[in-house]
Amino acid sequence: MNAIQVAGEVLSVRRSGAYWLMTLVAPGVAERAKPGQFVALAVGGEHSSMVLRRAFAIYQVAERGVYGGTVEVVFAVHGKGTEWLSRLHQHDPVNVVGPLGRPFRLPATPVPTVLVGGGYGSAPLFGLAAALSDRRCRVDFVIGAGSADRLFGVLDAKRMAVTLTVTTEDGTAGERGRVSDVLPEVLERSEAGLLYACGPMPMLRAVVAAAEEYGLPCEVAVEESMACGIGVCMTCVLPITGADGTTRMLRSCVDGPVFLGEQVRFDDVGTVPYGTLGAPVPLASA
Amino acid sequence: MSGDVTLRPARARISLPAVDMSTSLAAFRAPNPVFTASGCAAAGRELAQFFDPADLGGIVTKSVMLDPRSGRPTPRMAETPSGMLNSIGLQGPGIAAFLDHDLPWLAERGARAVVSIAGSSVDEYVALALKLRGQPGLAMLEVNISCPNVEDRGQVFACDPRAAARVIAAIREKTAPTVPVFAKLSPDVTDIVGIAAAVMDAGADGLSMVNTLLGMVVNTATMRPLLAGVTGGLSGPAIKPVALRCVWQVHRAMPGVPILGMGGIRTGLDALEFILAGACAVSVGTAVFGDPSSPVRVLRELQQVLGERGFRGLGEAIGYAHRPTDPQGDA
Repeated sequence: MNAIQVAGEVLSVRRSGAYWLMTLVAPGVAERAKPGQFVALAVGGEHSSMVLRRAFAIYQVAERGVYGGTVEVVFAVHGKGTEWLSRLHQHDPVNVVGPLGRPFRLPATPVPTVLVGGGYGSAPLFGLAAALSDRRCRVDFVIGAGSADRLFGVLDAKRMAVTLTVTTEDGTAGERGRVSDVLPEVLERSEAGLLYACGPMPMLRAVVAAAEEYGLPCEVAVEESMACGIGVCMTCVLPITGADGTTRMLRSCVDGPVFLGEQVRFDDVGTVPYGTLGAPVPLASA
Repeated sequence: MSGDVTLRPARARISLPAVDMSTSLAAFRAPNPVFTASGCAAAGRELAQFFDPADLGGIVTKSVMLDPRSGRPTPRMAETPSGMLNSIGLQGPGIAAFLDHDLPWLAERGARAVVSIAGSSVDEYVALALKLRGQPGLAMLEVNISCPNVEDRGQVFACDPRAAARVIAAIREKTAPTVPVFAKLSPDVTDIVGIAAAVMDAGADGLSMVNTLLGMVVNTATMRPLLAGVTGGLSGPAIKPVALRCVWQVHRAMPGVPILGMGGIRTGLDALEFILAGACAVSVGTAVFGDPSSPVRVLRELQQVLGERGFRGLGEAIGYAHRPTDPQGDA
C-alpha cells in the first residue's frame, strides 16, 4: 500500500473511438505506479451529489513531463460520473487517489508472453508490455471488442508486440469472433509460457480456460465495481481460492485487481460459494 | 516592500484558532471529537496511507463478530443521490483474527480503538465482550445492535427496546468499568427516544447515533432489485437531516447522555451541526470513500468554525442549539 491523495489537474481530454482518454497531472502518483494498478478519481466537483470515486486502470504514466508526473486513463461514458469527467477541460481540478491495487507480477526470466485485452480493458496491458520487453520477454497481443470503435490501443499493440491479432464480434475489424477463438493459435505460434488478460468477466473466464488447457499460468486484472478503491468498504469482493485451497471473498481493490486466473471462481462470481470462509452453514440435520 | 519576492515559511499552513478540542465519551477522554465510523474505515490500516490514525479522537473499527464471516453476494453497493446503499453482510475475519492482527496494530500506533461488535444472539455479544476484556488499545465498545436476533425470528435488536436493553445490560456486566459501552442506534424506529432510554436504563454509557437507514434501488435494466441482498443501508449526506433530528430529540430528552453523532458528515460545518444538536463527538463515515483523508480535514475545519464562532472549547458548543431563545433578540 503506497497510495497518495493529490489535487490533480486535467492536462487533456480527448476521444478515442468509443472511449475517452484523459491525462492528469498527478504528482507522486505516476512515480509510484506499476502496470496493473489503478487510480480512483473524485467526480462532480466539491459539492457533488456523487459521493463515490470512480476507479480507472492506469493506461500510461510519464514520470517527468513539463507539468510533472502525469497519469493517463481511458474510460467509457457509462453514467453521470464518467459523463462529468468527459466534459472536463485542461486545467480543471480532479482529486486523484493512487496508485491503488496489486500490480501484475513479472516473470523472473525471459519467457514468451501473450497479452489479451477486451474493450478498454486492454489499457493496463501496454505499460505491462513495456515492462515485459525490458525483461526481454516476447510479447504477442490479442485485442478484441464488440466492434471496431470499441477496440483500444491497436496502434500501441502493433508497435510493441511481435504479433497482434484483432477480433471484433461484428467483424468490423480484424477477425470476426472473440479473443478466445484466436487464442489457441496465438499460444501455439508464440510458444507462450505466460498469459496476462484484462477485460470483461466472461472474456477473462474464457482466457483462463484456454490457459488451463495449455497448462499456462495466467494473470487476470478484473473490473469490479468499487465504492472506495482503498480496501475499506468491502463492496468489490470476489470468491478467490487461495493456495491453501480455501475460498475467501477477497477485495478486488487491494487483494487485486490482478489475480492468478486459476484462483478466481469465475462461475461463482456474484455468489458466496458453499464452503467459502465464513459462509453461512446450512442447518445440520439431526 | 518589493512585490517580487515572497518569503513563505517552510511549512505553509493555515494557523487554526486556539480551541480546546478535547472531549469525553463517558469515561473515555479523547484529544479531539472526530472519529471514523464503523464499516467505513476497516481497522484503520488502509487509511494510514492518508493520515495518522492517532491524529483522530479514535478509530471506530468495522463491526467484528465471533467467527469469520463471508458477507453477502455482490452487488453490495449502489450510489444514490448524495449517498449510497450498502449490503455487505458484516464480512469480517472474526474476533480471533481481529485480536491477533488489527487491535495490536492500532495500539502500536497510539490510536484509540473504539471496537464495534455485532452478534446474532445475546450470548454472542457477551462472548465478544469477554474476548475484548483487558485488551490493550481498547478505548471503548460500540455495540452494533442493528443485527437480526436469531432467537427472536430475526427481529432486529435495535428496533425492540427490550431486546436492545438485554444485549446492553449483558455486555455492560462483562466489560471493564473503565471501558464505556455505547449502543449504536438505528433511525428506523418509531420512537428513537424510547429506545435510547431503554439502553441507557440497561447500563449503556452513551449512544452512537445513527446507523444507516434501510433502503433499496431497482435496476431498471434487469427490472430487479439492484443489490443482491435486495435492501441495503443508506448512508451519506442524504441522511444527515434524519441523523441530526435523532441526535436533537435524544439530547433534548436526556441532556446528560454522551452522544457520538454520525450520518452524512463531510465538512467541519456538518460536524458542528451535530455538536450543536448535542453530540460530544462525531464519526466521519461514507465521506471516507470519496475522500480518504476527510476525517482529519473535518477535524481541522471543525476547529476553524468553532473558533470563528468564539468558542474556546468544544465543550461549550455541545448542545448549544438547545439554549433558550433570548427574548431580547439574538444570543
